[in-house]
Amino acid sequence: MNGSVATISSCLLVTWELNGSLLPPSKRNVRAKWYHPRVGDSVCVPSSASAVQAATVASRHSALVRITHWITALCFLALLVSGAEIVISHPRFYWGETGNDLTPTLFKLPIPASRNLVPTGYGYVLPDQNGWSRYLHFQSAWIVILTGLLYVISGFVTGHLRKSLLPDRADLSWRALMTSIASHLRFERPSEAEAWSYNVLQRLSYLSVIFVLFPFVIWTGLAMSPAFVSAIPAAVNVLGGQQSARTLHFFVSLALVLFLLVHVGMVWFAGFWSRMRAMITGRAAIDTERT
Amino acid sequence: MSKISRRKLITTGIAAAAGVAGLGVADRIAQKYVLVPPDHGGIYGLGETLTYASQRLLTRHSLAREFTRSQISKPPFANEIAPLSEEFKRLQAGGFADWRLSVNGMVARPASFTLAQLKSYPAQSQITMVQCEEGWSYIAEWIGVPLSRILQAVEVHPQAKYVIYFSIEPDWWESIDMADALHPQTFLTYGMNGDELPVSSGGPLRLRVSRQLGYKSVKFITHLTVTDGLKGFGKGLGSASPEGGYAWYAGI
Repeated sequence: MNGSVATISSCLLVTWELNGSLLPPSKRNVRAKWYHPRVGDSVCVPSSASAVQAATVASRHSALVRITHWITALCFLALLVSGAEIVISHPRFYWGETGNDLTPTLFKLPIPASRNLVPTGYGYVLPDQNGWSRYLHFQSAWIVILTGLLYVISGFVTGHLRKSLLPDRADLSWRALMTSIASHLRFERPSEAEAWSYNVLQRLSYLSVIFVLFPFVIWTGLAMSPAFVSAIPAAVNVLGGQQSARTLHFFVSLALVLFLLVHVGMVWFAGFWSRMRAMITGRAAIDTERT
Repeated sequence: MSKISRRKLITTGIAAAAGVAGLGVADRIAQKYVLVPPDHGGIYGLGETLTYASQRLLTRHSLAREFTRSQISKPPFANEIAPLSEEFKRLQAGGFADWRLSVNGMVARPASFTLAQLKSYPAQSQITMVQCEEGWSYIAEWIGVPLSRILQAVEVHPQAKYVIYFSIEPDWWESIDMADALHPQTFLTYGMNGDELPVSSGGPLRLRVSRQLGYKSVKFITHLTVTDGLKGFGKGLGSASPEGGYAWYAGI
């Protein structure tokens, strides 16, 4: 008698467990869905009046945004390191079509070079790293361009660019901009809403990086390619020459490095781990969790 | 684990089959139009192949920018060259009268040219830029005979895909595909800025490849081989550059 009860109950238990794991995920995760509402990549500030009240985390960044963000971050790092290595072989900059050791410079970087022909004022020559640096530079450029295209095209299709990055008309008033700039300059802690929606200065700087600096760094890079400009000479002619393109490429890269420093600094200031968590797992804490 | 629906299975299967077929077609096209560089192996093969293939499709017939006489760099710049070999010095002492350019491989009539014979072809000139991978550049007038004229003289086989060119100096060789070899601005250069080509700039004979970086324009050329494959030469990477860590295709 006892044995049969035990058998029946264990059968029930097994059935219950099987049900739990065999149900399609959409049915099985009903509760989980409340905890992690999918809202795509749009801004979502769950209302406290809704059933989400008890939840602790919610969706912040879509998988596509997260993946393209980190691929871009890795590629940018590779481009930066390899670009610096390439510059070291000739740390002199010029304006116009040509420039070499016999011509006057626009400016020189006060660093030693990896070639002994360059007059640097240093008594030693750094090792030549250009081979792998160039291979890595162009490979990373390809990956970041394809990733960027995927991001921008999907951003237009899903409305991510319009919803998350295009500033509201009201925020673009002189007064609103000044308020935002002033609050940044006072190093005020970002409001809770900013964990869910970018502020106007963030939106403008992200848009400038995506639609001004990245296209310009790609353009000035291509303008240095002898084969590319043989097909499209205007790409280099309008920049004032091949050496001008090289100098501009250097300055746009510096602007991107400046953006990276401010970006990482702001992430640190806003709460490094919560922001990192949002960009890695896609989820952010709803309540006033501070790091 | 999640249940895989039949529809998903079928669409994934079709997509995979299309992908494999697509790769197959892409490979056939790449083989036919020579869109894969010889140094496509290794971790940087993806970037190199994308660069080479896209530029071959974009620049097959495009001409390198030409400049005006007033834009020629003064004084002319010449990159450092390694100490020259005894053989070079012997030929230099004889005024390069015994300098020979031999051409063999996939040609109907292998031949050997003296400088005088090369100069007997109508001379052409171009004012183009030399760009070094390091970042510096200069503009010069280059005078010589288009490589295509010499390849025509030795009657290149139609299945030829590359021309390999060798310097008299050891371990200094490069190769280009037929798009560059037959390109009207690819010169066997013996003159510069209205004068003889100085030794410091690659004299008596330099192969000028105007749409690629300076390191493809090898100095002191003595030998050309026409081939349909680069496997048997050196490490099979196409030229000495990839063996030293630099890209074979330098059109960037």
